[in-house]
Amino acid sequence: MTAMCDVAFLLLSFFILATKFKPPEALSVVTPNSVSSKVAPDKNVVMITLDKDGKVYFSVSDGNTSEKKDIIETVNTSKNIGLTDAEKKNFVNNPSAYIGVPFSQLKSYLDKGPDELKNAVLPGVPVADSTNNELLEWVRAAVGAFQGSKMNLLVKGDNAAKYPSFSGVVFAFKKNDQLKFQLITNPVGAPLGSELQKAQEKSGNKSSEQ
Amino acid sequence: MDTSSGGGHKKGPGVKKGKKLSTRVDLTPMVDLGFLLITFFIFTTTMSQPTAMKLFLPKDVDKPEEQNKLKESAALTLMPSKANMVYYYEGLDPSKLQSSTFKGIRDIVLDKKRRTDPKDFMVILKPTKDATYKNTVDILDEMTIDAVKRYALVDITPDEYKFVEATENANGVK
Repeated sequence: MTAMCDVAFLLLSFFILATKFKPPEALSVVTPNSVSSKVAPDKNVVMITLDKDGKVYFSVSDGNTSEKKDIIETVNTSKNIGLTDAEKKNFVNNPSAYIGVPFSQLKSYLDKGPDELKNAVLPGVPVADSTNNELLEWVRAAVGAFQGSKMNLLVKGDNAAKYPSFSGVVFAFKKNDQLKFQLITNPVGAPLGSELQKAQEKSGNKSSEQ
Repeated sequence: MDTSSGGGHKKGPGVKKGKKLSTRVDLTPMVDLGFLLITFFIFTTTMSQPTAMKLFLPKDVDKPEEQNKLKESAALTLMPSKANMVYYYEGLDPSKLQSSTFKGIRDIVLDKKRRTDPKDFMVILKPTKDATYKNTVDILDEMTIDAVKRYALVDITPDEYKFVEATENANGVK
């Protein structure tokens, strides 16, 4: 009995320590699987999210408040949106501040309180039309803000999102000369008997990523 | 341990009797709670961290002549489309379109790879507008699985899309 009790509590402490609670996400995205075994970075992240309807959202990791501030300033001046300081602060300080609206609605969107932001249904950043790809501006602002430090461009897409919206995102990256980016996926093992698996076995089960 | 204070034994004079309460506590509720917490944490733990797949894009060039030339015989074009179908053709002639599925495409890629000079072998990925993001990632992943060194994600041309559409209509794929 004592031994079992010990084991149980050992397990308990292990799981308590190993648990990392996921922050509640405003957007639920089911990512596809891939054989990639590289863990996604979580610092200096500029995340483009594609939801299941193909809507595009732009966000920056919470730690980068100064970059966030730069981004919103840049966009504000280049697009003449006329945001107040409070609205800018709202974007910088609110962790769930996804930009998921066209520039025309940005002001009214940032007027909302945090609770409203969480439940708002957003139209997404327009990307479909290459003449009106607003993500272009956001990525450009982000590139400017992250100058000097390493920026991790991540795309987190839902399984059901259609290719054209992804293509719009890629277009925005390309126009800004951002040719390296990463796609967030769930890890799966390499299929049995495939070339990758053989290569992994040869290199002593090391990760396939160079 | 005898906790009864009934006093069966005869103790010597001067030795205090009784007052020897057990130090043992009933552990059952604590263990119950422990297991309850274990179950809770097992279910909430996300063991697998999300991973990231790297993707490098070719730079757009204004002049098509500067684009990397590829040998016609060494090219394989894959076009994932709706209903998880993959259409493919070898070389540069989209009219030779054939259809396959995500399961079958591995053999096709490997077969082509075997028949081609590894130096020239190149796979071109052109998801149609009906393909989902999952299809796109799957086909990129397939390149990693099949150890294809050179591949590119390119937009589909209207011509090719016509062929895909015609094949889809002929096969009744909705």
